[in-house]
Amino acid sequence: MPLTDVERQELKNIAKKLRLTMIDVMAWSGGAHIGGSLSIAEILTILYFKYLNVRPEEPCWEDRDRFVLSKGHAAAGFIPVLAMKGFFPEEELKTFNHFGSPFAMHPDSNKVVGCDVSAGSLGHGLSMAVGLGLGARYLKKDYKVVCLLGDGECCEGSVWEAAMALNHFKLGNVITIVDRNRLMIDGFTEDVMALEPFADKWRAFGFEVIEVDGHDFDQLSIALDRAWGVKDRPVLILANTVKGKGVDFMENNVVWHYASADSALCEKAKASIMNS
Amino acid sequence: MSIVTGTTWNAYDAATMSAREIYGLTLAEMGKHNDKIVGLSADLAKSTAIVRFADAFPDRFFNVGIAEQNMFGIAAGLAKAGLIPFASTMAVFACLRAGEQIRTDIAYQNLPVKIIATHAGISFGHAGTTHHCTEDFAIMRSIANMTVICPADGIETSMAVKACVDIPGPVYIRIGRGFEPPCYEDENHEFQIGKAIQMGDGTDLTIICCGIAVLQSIEAARTLQEQDGISVRVINMHTIKPIDREAILKAVRETRRILTIEEHNVEGGLGDAVGSVIAESGMGCVFKKHGIYDEFATIGYAEDLYAHYGLDANGIIDRVREMLGREYEADEDWEDE
Repeated sequence: MPLTDVERQELKNIAKKLRLTMIDVMAWSGGAHIGGSLSIAEILTILYFKYLNVRPEEPCWEDRDRFVLSKGHAAAGFIPVLAMKGFFPEEELKTFNHFGSPFAMHPDSNKVVGCDVSAGSLGHGLSMAVGLGLGARYLKKDYKVVCLLGDGECCEGSVWEAAMALNHFKLGNVITIVDRNRLMIDGFTEDVMALEPFADKWRAFGFEVIEVDGHDFDQLSIALDRAWGVKDRPVLILANTVKGKGVDFMENNVVWHYASADSALCEKAKASIMNS
Repeated sequence: MSIVTGTTWNAYDAATMSAREIYGLTLAEMGKHNDKIVGLSADLAKSTAIVRFADAFPDRFFNVGIAEQNMFGIAAGLAKAGLIPFASTMAVFACLRAGEQIRTDIAYQNLPVKIIATHAGISFGHAGTTHHCTEDFAIMRSIANMTVICPADGIETSMAVKACVDIPGPVYIRIGRGFEPPCYEDENHEFQIGKAIQMGDGTDLTIICCGIAVLQSIEAARTLQEQDGISVRVINMHTIKPIDREAILKAVRETRRILTIEEHNVEGGLGDAVGSVIAESGMGCVFKKHGIYDEFATIGYAEDLYAHYGLDANGIIDRVREMLGREYEADEDWEDE
């Protein structure tokens, strides 16, 4: 179903609030992977507020859809969306990175309510998603497993081991999304270690590839509707995004991969988000 | 407790089947009683004998091809889905190729994945150093949440595999190629993870050992008694972690000479685990770690390598005789400990 005007506007409002919270988290935590968190704001928003069937009041509900944030460093985006969804009070985000906090730079599934899988070491998430998908099939569960990877992460060979397995096992219950923001720590992906022809690589691995603007809710919605309907083959949503999206001075600027900012700069970032 | 029946083995089984084979048959039997058990292999289903489970339960066995990192990541995901995965490959590929998946995906999340690592130590000696694994105890015992077991033979492998299902977290069970002679006559002895088995009441020296070294130590003890009149106690320390501190300290108190034997680098393995317990206790004793002395083992068939590295009964006898000449300093409050 195409998004209604009301739905689209609501999602935009949530994404804006999520971005503002990410800036707060960057301040509270003393530093965050802000660029790669801002780039997935729309993806996280539409997943948690339209597609994923989860119950914040019953976080371990066994029939819930699973979400695997393979690019675990984007915890500064992911953990706030769980708070906004109601898994825990947003107030708790102020402890981020502090001694004894459940929230760290990379999410811990044993500590963060609503977090299905610990991740942070790149190249691990998709294999765990394969396991969840195989487990769901064996247990005759209908839930979906959505795995979000970074594009730079796809330099890891283990990503392609998992991709091969998704196709081999014909796991239509696992939906793979890549945040194609084209930047990694040391620079542009194509300069550091070229990924292109990227979509063709996934196609060659047996995936149906749906390429979208990862900041466009309508395109994301069409892609997720399609992916949700597929039963017998893996789907990749290749989400073209902008690293640092929403904050004008962070956009497409590798400096903001991981950073901290003083209060003045945080205010400037928030002003930019409000105006975007 | 998991319910397992119909899977007890005797010495004839253990003499005619490898530990791997017994593991595969045991797991296949366990699968009948526990539908949460699933199996994984990375193109070594036959070599690791998990093929027995695969044949019985094709809908819950997953061969992922030659991709150990993927296998252990998938195992973590299956455990997250509520299942109890048994993942089998050779020890060296589990510990080193997929070491981070085991540490981060499985142990950090404290998932009930059972890692059955075969061809450990120098048991696949003629395959060359690429396929040896004399580092696994050191790696696995330093990973939080991990239980580390090294059964003495096929019979004990079966008992360990059955017992490990009741451990809520990850377990690493190390077996060799499994052509070694059996150590036990049957399963009529108590096997409890974390509880060492004392064999004999020797008073002059205690050998603390695991895996293939258990049978060799028993034979060495018998010879030493007959030829030298030396009374040697053997402790089968099948669980490397958590280590049985009580059994170690009792042996120190009663024999004052401790020799550890393992098919592993003397750095970081059973010997270090035992040595730490003794050092922290403050009790004085003569202590010797015997194993592979921080080198990559040479090439050869396992039995030749065991002889070369003194891991057979003859080598163990030599180590014991050396140790009996050494003095220890008795504590002043000796009797009070």
